[in-house]
Amino acid sequence: MAAELATPPADLRQFLRVSPDEAFVSLDLAVDGIKCAACMATIERAMSREPGVVGARVNLGAKRLHVTFERREADPARILRRLDELGFKAYPFSPRQVEDSKAQEMRRLLRCLGVAAFASMNVMLLSVAVWSGHETGLDPTTRDLFHWLSALIALPTAAYSGRPFYESAIGALKRRRVNMDVPITLGICLALVMSVFEVLRHGEHAYFDGVVMLLFFLLIGRTLDQVMQRRTQLVAANLAALRAEFATKRLPDGTWRDVPIDMVEPGDVILVRIGDRVAADGRIEEGRSDIDQSLVTGETAHRAVRPGDEVYAGTQNLGGALVVRVLKSQEGTLLAGVERLLAQAAQTKGAYIRLADRAARLYPPFVHTVALLTFLGWMMMGIGWHDALMIAITVLIITCPCALGLAVPAVQVVAAGAMFRNGILIQSGDAIERLAEIDRVVFDKTGTLTLPAADIANREEIPAEDVMLAARLALTSRHPLAAAIAAQDKAAKPLATAREVPGEGVKACHAGQVVRLGSPAFCEAMPEAEALATRFPGASIVAFRHGERLALFAIRQPYREDAEATVAALGTMKLPTEIISGDRPRAVAEAARDLGIANWRGGALPGDKVTWLEQMKRFGARPLMVGDGLNDAPALAAGHASIAPASASQLAQTQADFLLVGQRLGAIVPAIRIARKARWLMLENLWISVLYNLIAVPVAILGHATPLVAALAMSGSSIIVTLNALRAGRGAGEKS
Amino acid sequence: MNILLILIPLALALGGLGLAAFLWSLSNRQYEDLDGAAWRALMDDDTSPLPRPEDGR
Repeated sequence: MAAELATPPADLRQFLRVSPDEAFVSLDLAVDGIKCAACMATIERAMSREPGVVGARVNLGAKRLHVTFERREADPARILRRLDELGFKAYPFSPRQVEDSKAQEMRRLLRCLGVAAFASMNVMLLSVAVWSGHETGLDPTTRDLFHWLSALIALPTAAYSGRPFYESAIGALKRRRVNMDVPITLGICLALVMSVFEVLRHGEHAYFDGVVMLLFFLLIGRTLDQVMQRRTQLVAANLAALRAEFATKRLPDGTWRDVPIDMVEPGDVILVRIGDRVAADGRIEEGRSDIDQSLVTGETAHRAVRPGDEVYAGTQNLGGALVVRVLKSQEGTLLAGVERLLAQAAQTKGAYIRLADRAARLYPPFVHTVALLTFLGWMMMGIGWHDALMIAITVLIITCPCALGLAVPAVQVVAAGAMFRNGILIQSGDAIERLAEIDRVVFDKTGTLTLPAADIANREEIPAEDVMLAARLALTSRHPLAAAIAAQDKAAKPLATAREVPGEGVKACHAGQVVRLGSPAFCEAMPEAEALATRFPGASIVAFRHGERLALFAIRQPYREDAEATVAALGTMKLPTEIISGDRPRAVAEAARDLGIANWRGGALPGDKVTWLEQMKRFGARPLMVGDGLNDAPALAAGHASIAPASASQLAQTQADFLLVGQRLGAIVPAIRIARKARWLMLENLWISVLYNLIAVPVAILGHATPLVAALAMSGSSIIVTLNALRAGRGAGEKS
Repeated sequence: MNILLILIPLALALGGLGLAAFLWSLSNRQYEDLDGAAWRALMDDDTSPLPRPEDGR
């Protein structure tokens, strides 16, 4: 049968990328364990000695390795082996299209920023001369020369560096909407036209400096926004690669081969070995087994399956090898249901509007009305349309949202950095604001409050010699529960006579007697096992029989080390906690009692979780959902904010606003604290911008906003806002 | 005022030089790994730097 097959080597060729001139191929690897410069040097030196390798470069920030080979001598498997010898686990991946386009976008922004920085420095150099010339009597010819030079620099710069804003503004107008970039574009264009016009008629004031400086500050805001998104993406992509998702697929000639999961299509036949995760939804064609569905449903009791039953991606195969025919995901009832719930949750969630967007919505009508009124007002005062228009345009320039554009992104970048140092990864832009508003925390149990790996709960009740012998037996089995027992004695050696009885356990001869480890039925221990199961409601029972001796292991997932401390810390922050789990009510009740959580619900289907959260929201509550399973994905989408551990199912990870990197659940606490502080600073920054306008706009309306005043006001407010944002990372990040 | 005819082009040229250097380092991918670059300066290996990634990344 298929189970006896040796593991075929994974096909690494599809990860290779061919260079345009076809002489070289390259491979990208996410490398686990790169910590310092020494690792970087070790890897690069070792790689450059491998035959066929032309170059190897480690990206220390992204924890990645890029290797280039001679095309004919490329041997990626060898590279992986060498890295393994050096003590680094490496996982090949193909950089996603999104990531490439984001990197390009980032470079484009940086180019625009560089050009704007150059232009504002040089235009300012000329402008300072003009301004001081007003006092010292600069002769008009020289002033005109300086203005023309400024125009020569500012016009191409505005055409080049302003493109991100123009494109976004035109895009918005095409969709018949108005965003922040519309008044920016309008302001820039009007200011340039007016300045050129002024220079032509030898006027005193030109606003070229204001325009390039405005572009410079706004581009800083945009770039900061991108920096945050990019950092998140890099780490998320590495996490995905680290999970190394392979499936064993049957090829047309009947042989089996490991392929990356995205190459498995409906109709394919895959092999799921004992202990493996099922790679795709499908129907069993051959084999019987027990399936651990805890990552999918939260249920810790195992489900027995046989040919004809459906199995879901992400569940773990415990009993025997299975041959599965892959179904379309629509046909898998569970996933289809989860997806329907997700769409529903996304609809109800649409209500949240970011702080920056709320500000942006108020901004254009306000600015345009004020500018128009100023124009009409001065016309009525009878100063002539030229002067009235000049003043109206200075109002447009001076209200341009430098500070507003920086107010939120600057805080977000600083807060994201502080969270990153605490082991929290932000996945969506408005997540910080939403996390700051939460008033209760809802946990999933399995995989969230507990660790994904199992452990023995009643260890101290079992004689040491039984544990040792059981550990030796367990080494022969690939069953995940056996791994928990085998881990008890690191020095154990497998028994020579041991052999696995598929779906039941392990049997061996030891000191003239038969020893068995496996299901209670296999060891004839049903009544005892039932008694133990009532004492440990959440546990799976494994029996061990050695002649007359009998030992029963209650195996369950232990709580995360800091689960109880986290719940307590949330309590002191006046955040009530709840558990809502798909596991049996008895097991959930036990966890709630152990961790000191008063409210709990067990046996909840994915839909129940969503309903429960929506009910809370209807009563005005803002729940933070913390969960990991496929069944939690809709609930994560429905929560006001959501967090998933890095071990979570892929769907849960894509739905969560934040990812916990590492085992610590406690990172939630500083994350909430940082988010609250960040939201406070964002509001503060927005108010600083408003205050700035309250002072600057009347000055402009009265016609006193010379280019010098505009330059001071705009740069001053931007710098204040940025300095204020730097406070987001301080103080809040201390380890609890 | 004739001095301006020398000084202004000079100032612009110096600024332009800086801009050109920035754009060159950007297209040379020197900002991809700031953490690593900080340490590379301290290493005294004689290994030649990697040829430009050829595959357009």
